[in-house]
Amino acid sequence: MDWGAFNLSLQLAFYTVLLLVPIAMLTARWLATQPARRKAIIEALLTIPLILPPTVMGFFLLVSMNDTHALGKIWRSLFDESLVFSFEGLLLASILVNIPFAVQPALRAFEGIGNDMREAAATCGMSRWRTFRRIEFPLAWSGILTGGVLTFAHTLGEFGVVLMVGGNIPGETRTISIAIYDQVQSFDNASAALMAGVLLAISVLAISITFLLTRKPYIRIRA
Amino acid sequence: MIDGKGIEVAIRLDDPVSLEVEFKVSDKELVALVGPSGGGKSTILRIIAGFEKPTAGRISVGAQQWYDSQQKLFVQPRHRRVGMVFQSYALFPHLSALENVLEAISERPKVDRVELANGYLERVNLKGLGKRRPDQMSGGQRQRVAVARALAREPDVLLLDEPFSAVDKVTRIRLQRELVDLRSDLSIPIILVTHDIEEAARLADRIAVLHEGRILQMATHDKLSKSPVNTDVARLVGIRNIFSSRVAGIDNEQRSLELQWGKSLLEMPYRNGFAIGQTVTWCIPSDGIVVHRRNRPSRGEHENPVFGIVNEIFQFGQTTELTIEVDDPDAHPLHCSVPTHVAERNEISVGADIGLSLKADMIHIMGSADS
Repeated sequence: MDWGAFNLSLQLAFYTVLLLVPIAMLTARWLATQPARRKAIIEALLTIPLILPPTVMGFFLLVSMNDTHALGKIWRSLFDESLVFSFEGLLLASILVNIPFAVQPALRAFEGIGNDMREAAATCGMSRWRTFRRIEFPLAWSGILTGGVLTFAHTLGEFGVVLMVGGNIPGETRTISIAIYDQVQSFDNASAALMAGVLLAISVLAISITFLLTRKPYIRIRA
Repeated sequence: MIDGKGIEVAIRLDDPVSLEVEFKVSDKELVALVGPSGGGKSTILRIIAGFEKPTAGRISVGAQQWYDSQQKLFVQPRHRRVGMVFQSYALFPHLSALENVLEAISERPKVDRVELANGYLERVNLKGLGKRRPDQMSGGQRQRVAVARALAREPDVLLLDEPFSAVDKVTRIRLQRELVDLRSDLSIPIILVTHDIEEAARLADRIAVLHEGRILQMATHDKLSKSPVNTDVARLVGIRNIFSSRVAGIDNEQRSLELQWGKSLLEMPYRNGFAIGQTVTWCIPSDGIVVHRRNRPSRGEHENPVFGIVNEIFQFGQTTELTIEVDDPDAHPLHCSVPTHVAERNEISVGADIGLSLKADMIHIMGSADS
């Protein structure tokens, strides 16, 4: 059992969820009330990471993170280190790859809130922020949570993009799925099976928690 | 603004539907917007609430301007004091009845809020039910929460969008009574959207008949049913006897006018603006037709007498509706209604031979059929 890789995967998944879910939530809220055509175009763009082969996605990211390209250059000028083959690079890639997983369930949830809710809130004199906090978030939270759990589980299992962007540096970019791949390559099936089992257990647990928590269609927020 | 009171609406909308209306509703007055679906009734409410922006026009409430296209003024919905009861009620499903009402009074001092909100719930007969969530309440209770929430806003205008359409008839009548009761305490204009003319007749002071984005007529129900301006209004208020006839005669002193209806001459009070020979559309409500047994003469049977055979009978509880095939082959069938007990006592059945009187003062000419 490669605890280092396991630990790194958990960290990557945690930070991805932490950074991506709030952005996804706000994006989904904004998108839910956009005109149909605009929404369709933006939704399509945000779904690209889902349909693009991970190696292709990884390749684009690898190239754009390179020191010779804008993103890599900016990063180097700010932090004086390379974005490629670093944890930060991996995190950035992970966030981008997970956009559809985080945005889609939240978007469906916000779309599910009838426009009459927002209108009723307006006739009550509620500000936009109050409407979001008191009405929209409690009603959409199950979608937001589902997005978070899917992102978490998907990050743990991501292989292609991670390998392309992060490589396989122990303690830095070697995640659990890459470790499993390595172990299978070196005929250490026992370790691979153990880690695969752990990964499976975490995934099942995460999905079960989601289903349990989202059985209630809304949560209550104190005034 | 006349008197500085009530609400004044003059709006035009080009897209997505064409709408052009102008009307005033005074304080304490209840106006019903009635008409077929897609006529723009709900759109008018949505524009008043500020959910939709008209192409041009003005909306003012009391001394406040909410919308003025010339001044490029548009007050945001949350800054208009509108009490709105949505067709779906639009209650916040995750909040209790009390919390739903509390959301409308969040501007009030915190210490008073719960007491105030409970007061509003009490006013709509929901005392003690404040802790229930909408999914734990009946349709009628939900509607009452929606009304309480709308009133809690202390609105300058109350907008009711088909508020009785989602409940059963018994509840509907009870809720309508409660609205009548509530009205006595309210000094604001109320606009009710409904597709049910009878509901409008029961609740509204005046009815605006809307058709394809235009107000065809705005009047009391009595006026609408006695003198509709055109066939659309006549049909909407439930008049089925709509005909066109030639003006056959006008007496010298201009007291009466005669219409040639088949072979009969129907006499009615003189109406200005129509000449002999002109074809006009006219109508008579079913309560303008008196039914007589042909073999048992009764009072008033000499007033525009018509004879025929009962063709169809529909019994609707206390009222029985009859369709009469008139003896005259050039005349159209007539529709009238009699109390069910009268129909039974007089043994009126399909095939019965009966006489009718068309009350002269109930015959109403809507306009020229030539134009």
